[in-house]
Amino acid sequence: MSDNVIEAHGLTKAYGAARAVNAIDLTVRRGEIFGLLGPNGAGKTTTILMLLGLTETSSGTVSVLGFDPVRQPLEVKRRVGYLPDAVGFYDHLTARENLTYTARLLDIPRRETDGRIMEALQSVELADVVDKRVATFSRGMRQRLGIAEIVMKKAEVAILDEPTSGLDPHATFELLEMIRRLKKSGVAVLLSSHLLDRVQSVCDRVALFNRGKIALMGTVVELANQVLGAGHPLLVEATGTDVAATLRGIPGVQQVVASGDGAWRVIADRDVRAEAAQRIITSGGALTRLADLQPSLEEVYTRYFQEARHAA
Amino acid sequence: MPRSATRREGSPFTGIGPVYMKELADNLSSIRMLVLTLFIIVFGAFPVASSLQQLRTVVSSDAFLFLRIFTIEPEQVPIPFVQALNFIIPLMAIGLGFDLVNSEFNRRTLSRVLSQPLYRDALLLGKFLAGLTTLAVAMVALWLIVFGAGLLLLGLPPRGVEVARGIGFLVVAVAYGGVWLAIAMLFSVIFRSTATSALCALGLWLLFFILWPMIAQAITMAFVPAEITSLDQFVGLQQLGLALQRVSPGTLFTEAVLGLLNPETRTLGPMLPTQMRGAIMGAPLALDQSLLLIWPQVTGLIAGMIVVFSASYVIFQREEVRA
Repeated sequence: MSDNVIEAHGLTKAYGAARAVNAIDLTVRRGEIFGLLGPNGAGKTTTILMLLGLTETSSGTVSVLGFDPVRQPLEVKRRVGYLPDAVGFYDHLTARENLTYTARLLDIPRRETDGRIMEALQSVELADVVDKRVATFSRGMRQRLGIAEIVMKKAEVAILDEPTSGLDPHATFELLEMIRRLKKSGVAVLLSSHLLDRVQSVCDRVALFNRGKIALMGTVVELANQVLGAGHPLLVEATGTDVAATLRGIPGVQQVVASGDGAWRVIADRDVRAEAAQRIITSGGALTRLADLQPSLEEVYTRYFQEARHAA
Repeated sequence: MPRSATRREGSPFTGIGPVYMKELADNLSSIRMLVLTLFIIVFGAFPVASSLQQLRTVVSSDAFLFLRIFTIEPEQVPIPFVQALNFIIPLMAIGLGFDLVNSEFNRRTLSRVLSQPLYRDALLLGKFLAGLTTLAVAMVALWLIVFGAGLLLLGLPPRGVEVARGIGFLVVAVAYGGVWLAIAMLFSVIFRSTATSALCALGLWLLFFILWPMIAQAITMAFVPAEITSLDQFVGLQQLGLALQRVSPGTLFTEAVLGLLNPETRTLGPMLPTQMRGAIMGAPLALDQSLLLIWPQVTGLIAGMIVVFSASYVIFQREEVRA
């Protein structure tokens, strides 16, 4: 068996003449966290629904754990956990009753049900509210209950649609911690989001969606190199001299852009920090900050869509 | 596309058991059910109590005294019990069915449930069967109460054939409820808003109860020629009128119940002289003959239920699950 849990080739979803998803190729490997990024309406959720067999594909092939979601949806759904955007539970039932219903649908033996539910709820820190009605749960607790459902299912692949949307920073942090734990237990995670810095902190690889196509795919560093260009970005804060001119004078510096009062972003083809410090000080300036900038996904994203808009 | 030719694997009934059990538990424990039961009891108890009171004063021997509880038109209340049921059963079915599917959308539980190993078929059928079972439970309870009250107040046990006709009535009542449940479910699939779907189902119910008899009559009148020249022509017109009336499930229910609970009923259409030949007026039909008489009505009700259910099934299969 190959190491890819999800393989999609030429996956397309057409609504009339409009193509919500246009011939995308996608692979997710066993045990990695894969992020689907992109603006709303770029086709992320449609892709997810096609992977689960919840909506028909117009053309292309998909294989999830070796099964075809169009023809064998039950086999796929038995092995894949899905946390929809703003997941809902039956409000009038307790957390335990909600998960029991899912357990019945999954045909989990009755003897094991209670043990697995408690285990799953403990892993998302909801064990103390197991017999409270879901109506009393906060949004974060509902999302965690959704994760618990995936844990209880013992899914091999977890597909999470906007798992952190609408959560406060603390709840987001906790949820991402749980996603990392899922990965540790060997589950491949596919998540979609537009919260970029959060996604960056958990994802091994990402795919950038734009108008139904995957514009970019790879690790965050790879993406940064593609979009921002290879190079070392620097942040320089200094006063007391013509900083921009001084910096431009350094061999290897490609670009100097003012970014706020007394601060400049520098892109060079090598690490020029030592030289930059030396030149500023010798020219009589006061250097207050000199930082090596990690490429951020947000920057990649913003730049990419700026360029895409210019190109259009 | 070759895709349409690909067959999906696995039984469409996978997971129907859990869905059925959960929906049944929800139905039976809901406050809505309590309200509907109260409603039925109030509406049903009144005609039954009045007819029982009247029947106690009857001295002439009547072979089907027990069945008269259902059909007699009491003096104080102008509607017999079966007419009250004709009115209430749709209301109860609509009450149970108008939010079966769209509430899952609105609670955002649909995509989560459908991501478990079951087909949409199982979800829809499980919900429908649970609703039908709930209706049947309520009908049986009501039926037992009526029979029990009859036993107590009339002081006379029903004969076997009366019980058999009573059970036949129960089956017809559940089938009638099933038609309205299917209609309510169809609207719950079409409309995302529960209020809209309830309103449409209730609107259709009112249309059939109040407007349809008038509309059917008006259409029939339009076909009346200046002069009716033959008996055939007259019968043809009568039959057109009846056929139009029978579009309403309520008419089918009333006719079927009439045939079952009034054993003297010989025909549900116009009575022709040929049919009268050799008949003893007022003599009851045997049970099997009554069943033959109402068979088309019962078939019509069940067929209507299946057709409407299939329509909601087809629409539900095509619906997008994303909210």
